[in-house]
Amino acid sequence: MRLAPAALAVAIAFALASAASADTPLVRKGRALYVAGCISCHGDRGQGVPPVGTNRGAGGIRGAGPPLRGVGAASADFYLRTGYMPLRNPFDQPARSAPSYSRAEIDALVAYIASLGGPPIPKVDPSRGSLSEGLQLFTENCSGCHQIVAEGGVVTDAVAPALKAATPTQIAEAVRIGPFVMPRFTPAQLDDRQLDSIIRYVLYARDPDDRGGWDLGHVGPIPEGMVAWLLAGGVLVLLAALIGGRREQ
Amino acid sequence: VKALGRWVVAGLVLLLSWRRRVPAAGERRPLPQQPGSPGAELVVLALLLVATAGAAGFILVYAWDAVPNQTQFLGLSLGLAFAAFAAAAVIVGRRLVPLGEASEPYPGLHEPEQEEVEQLVRESGERLSRKRLLKLAAGGAGATLGAALLVPAVSLGPFLDTDPLRQTPWRRGRRLVDSAGRPLVADEIEPDTFTTAFPEGADPEQLAAPLVVVRLEPARLELSPDRSGWAPDGILAYSKICTHAGCAVSLYRVPSYEPTSARPALICPCHYSTFDPAQAGKVLFGPAGRPLPQLPLLIDGKGQVRAAGGFSGPIGPSWWGVRS
Repeated sequence: MRLAPAALAVAIAFALASAASADTPLVRKGRALYVAGCISCHGDRGQGVPPVGTNRGAGGIRGAGPPLRGVGAASADFYLRTGYMPLRNPFDQPARSAPSYSRAEIDALVAYIASLGGPPIPKVDPSRGSLSEGLQLFTENCSGCHQIVAEGGVVTDAVAPALKAATPTQIAEAVRIGPFVMPRFTPAQLDDRQLDSIIRYVLYARDPDDRGGWDLGHVGPIPEGMVAWLLAGGVLVLLAALIGGRREQ
Repeated sequence: VKALGRWVVAGLVLLLSWRRRVPAAGERRPLPQQPGSPGAELVVLALLLVATAGAAGFILVYAWDAVPNQTQFLGLSLGLAFAAFAAAAVIVGRRLVPLGEASEPYPGLHEPEQEEVEQLVRESGERLSRKRLLKLAAGGAGATLGAALLVPAVSLGPFLDTDPLRQTPWRRGRRLVDSAGRPLVADEIEPDTFTTAFPEGADPEQLAAPLVVVRLEPARLELSPDRSGWAPDGILAYSKICTHAGCAVSLYRVPSYEPTSARPALICPCHYSTFDPAQAGKVLFGPAGRPLPQLPLLIDGKGQVRAAGGFSGPIGPSWWGVRS
């Protein structure tokens, strides 16, 4: 009976090979990269890993992560190109950093995740959008967390990132998939044209038209108040010095 | 209004009963008499009138929303009032108050000194020829400026009639619509999304009108038994007005993968009051003192979402009629 495991292994290898042969070379390359770098948290077939498991990844860190079946190219493209994934500790919030994989490797991984099903990378064209509509929609839907000119902010137990470095495609992906603790927005809530408007506004907000002159970092009332108090305070001290005079002895 | 009338009458009586004290002849003067300066008085009077006008202008601009560039005019009028008031004070200080040094032999902390101080204070006004008029103008400018500073407080809420705070447009059967007026369809409210909804055919500006609508797994809801039917298919509606300071609850924290991050929560961006939609709007964090009011929902035959009744509690921040 020592032959049985070997026969089983051969059968599995054969099945895998025949399944893989249906894939394009890009998907096969992506699958290889996935197996090497992602399975301790997302499972060997993208089924996810619950945090109670005993999977250990690089550095002996316990793996835990969501299933990737059905998340599609939009998610994979977003998380990999922003450097959100891979994540050193699965319980941390992902943050923007230099991507860990090369462009070609990301293309391959995205192709593999896309082969598991899910939405494609959204197509964007900010020039089709309207800036004023973008401002209105961004104010209604985004500024609560990301601040009115997308400088970023916080929610309890998480950080809402600034959007200074996000590309138009990444903004569209984030809106549609809702990364980390962000809600997602369906086409019924925001259609593609409205999304283009939002992207156009976010691009504009990187370098807005500052009619008042000094922008104070575009972060609102706290620095504005500080400047007002400090400058006005100085002027008042000067005025008091002008009005009064030192008593002659 | 009656109380206001009484105050006005009392003020008038005080003003009329105010009589001039005639200085006794032959009193010793701590400071030599100085000439009056009617020209400076006129300037002061004019400046005080400008201050009054500026402050009154602020009140008018604040009360009248149709003014274009309202913020700029508010700043200009209040700034003008303060600047004119300050300039008047400067001129009074430099030109109209007796100036000079009075020396005093050291041992003298007794009655006569106090009298002298009183006399000094009395005589400090004698360079003014239109004393009463100037006092009146200064009082008027001060009162108007004070009113200009107090008037914006009226915007904090209904001034005399608190009834609007208790009104709600939500009745059983009223449809929920989005900001464009389209009825909300239950199937289109997907998990991990959040929607702002309004009552169909009612004023969306009303405090109780806006709702935040989210969808959670029905199995994970922890509503009390008397609210068991309030969230059909896991669709929940809460008032969008925070119970702390009345900001719009516009943040929805919804994890992509809950086991490694925080649980779903509705968050107010003003002071980060955090409410749990699964536990009937319970406060998880922040300064809010009571849960978000929940609106019971039902789904009609066409799959559209309707209110199944009124809110579970009073809307908006606590005030003297609503404490807990």
